[in-house]
Amino acid sequence: MSEEQIDQQVGDVALEEVPEHFDGEFPIVITGLTTAFGENVVHEGLDLEVRRGEVLGVVGGSGTGKSVLMRAIIGLQPVAAGCIEVFGKDITAAEPDEEIGVRSRWGVLFQGGALFSTLTVGENVEVPLKQFYPELDQELMHEIARYKVVLSGLPEDAASKYPSELSGGMKKRAGLARALALDPELLFLDEPTAGLDPIGAAKFDELTRELAETLGLTVFLITHDLDTLYAICDRVAVLADKKVIAVGTIPELLESDHPWIQEYFNGPRGRAAQASTARSKSIDKRDRAGA
Amino acid sequence: MRQWAEYSLEDEGGRAKLVLKGPLLISTIGKLDRYLRTFEGEVAEIDLSQTTAIDTVGAWTVLRFAREREAEVTGATEQAKRLLKAVEEAESSADISPPLRLLRLRVPERVGELVLEFSVGARQIIAFMGQVVLCSLTLIRHPSRFRGKAFVRQLELVGVSSLAIIGLMSFLIGIVVAQQGAAQLRQFGAEIYTINLTGRLTLRELGVLMTAIMVAGRSGSAFAAQLGTMKLTEEIDAMRTIGVSPTEALIMPRILAAVFMMPLLGFYASVMAIIGGAFIAELTLGIPFLTFLQRIREVVPIHDVWVGLIKAPVFGLIVAVTGCYQGMQVQGNSEEVGLRTTMAVVQAIFMVIVLDAFFAVFFTEVGWA
Repeated sequence: MSEEQIDQQVGDVALEEVPEHFDGEFPIVITGLTTAFGENVVHEGLDLEVRRGEVLGVVGGSGTGKSVLMRAIIGLQPVAAGCIEVFGKDITAAEPDEEIGVRSRWGVLFQGGALFSTLTVGENVEVPLKQFYPELDQELMHEIARYKVVLSGLPEDAASKYPSELSGGMKKRAGLARALALDPELLFLDEPTAGLDPIGAAKFDELTRELAETLGLTVFLITHDLDTLYAICDRVAVLADKKVIAVGTIPELLESDHPWIQEYFNGPRGRAAQASTARSKSIDKRDRAGA
Repeated sequence: MRQWAEYSLEDEGGRAKLVLKGPLLISTIGKLDRYLRTFEGEVAEIDLSQTTAIDTVGAWTVLRFAREREAEVTGATEQAKRLLKAVEEAESSADISPPLRLLRLRVPERVGELVLEFSVGARQIIAFMGQVVLCSLTLIRHPSRFRGKAFVRQLELVGVSSLAIIGLMSFLIGIVVAQQGAAQLRQFGAEIYTINLTGRLTLRELGVLMTAIMVAGRSGSAFAAQLGTMKLTEEIDAMRTIGVSPTEALIMPRILAAVFMMPLLGFYASVMAIIGGAFIAELTLGIPFLTFLQRIREVVPIHDVWVGLIKAPVFGLIVAVTGCYQGMQVQGNSEEVGLRTTMAVVQAIFMVIVLDAFFAVFFTEVGWA
């Protein structure tokens, strides 16, 4: 096939516009966000900025609206007041299904994986590819799906399996593979390690960190897992009293005197996670000194 | 306009060098990847120094082509090297979809499966009926275990909340039967028999049959979908582990509600159809409304009412059992819920109509013509 024919073919199916790469400093800027379910106000006057290239952990007690915050940012949750800018575009002004050029640049991992149950894992990964880049060669799509599956820490043969044949941990990895399908700039993870065994959770943490570094991702990570916070988060945002009450590195947060933060990080589990991080760091140091 | 990655071929001392230009991203690679797939000729070196950006898809394209031509990759940035390494480690050759078998193997296989499924299904539905019978025996012995609240709730869902739609439907059917009947009977000057036609047809057949179809569509499908979803979310397993029998707690109230409500709904539907017939008779045939109703009492034998009322609970049983059975068979994924719900409705309506034919013959044979 000649190159003119290829140009013709590609021109027929390709979308006319694709969004530019984002170069600003803050991919997500939230100002004065208020969300409510009827009478029940979840957030009120919430502000948050996420820096490019960081892994931001979001913590908070049950029912403080962590998942609601994520759903608001990705445009699934109607907002009562305030403004959410993603890649410099106002999400709140757009209609629910309106295409405003941000959906191809983020990947979302839902709590249960939210895989399409009638498609295999590989086909799941191909869905966003077909949606946004229909001009890609069929063979290239298959190849992308294959390496994303392996990149997400699944065994090769998982690509042709249906979600109902996978364990909970594998579903999360498959969900991650789909979230990474488009090489997004921004990755949302909703409790990625919940329900995984400690070894699996640690591996998932490692994988997230590695992918974030290799692919240059900005990660918005909701978690209850203190080990995850210590292991991979650059900064942590704490949700309480309908607001983000503090954002900062863990040492910075430890200095805060808010009772919830104190209880969270200095409770028995918090101290245990702190101790294990300190231990592994000192081992690292010793190893390096020894070498 | 979209930006696309490009390439040019340079000759460097007899070695062919492929120079890639522009961003190598998923959004710009579409053309380049296709060019390279059809590219013929040797390439010894791939130069990335003129690329402006790269992601895993770009890295994959470079890696694949370099491997194919045994070319060397030069001019890669740190980022590009890291991505090249990452995708190389993640390479795999697995299938994306399960391989499709040959048609001549699949057809007999599928036929065999259907036959097996049929025999398994027949056994399962007998087992299910057995469960229901056993459960009702248990309930007769221990009436206190009967779920009164659930039963009343189902009575409301199956019966009360469908009054409006069934009433309207029957009213309209009454109009159609009377109107069309009158049009034919007029040719013999026997318009007055429109009353016999409407009264007997609706009380004996149409009232109950249409109601059964409506209940299958409204409640049978709801039973299948509810139980199927509960099965998927492991609610039914949770009940079993607590020692609550799903047959007792979920299935019996539904079946009893349908059996109990069907005669009432069927009779109500017949009455509404007769009212519809009387209404149109007054309007177009000049038979006064009350005369129509008065004549119904004279021309419809009472056994027509019994025929309808005897069939109704049986139809209710069929609809509810099919719905609950299909719901309990759900396993795997959410698509199955939809399939089973459809099957519940289709099978219920089919069986109701088949059974109605048997009833028609039976009642005529016993003299209730």
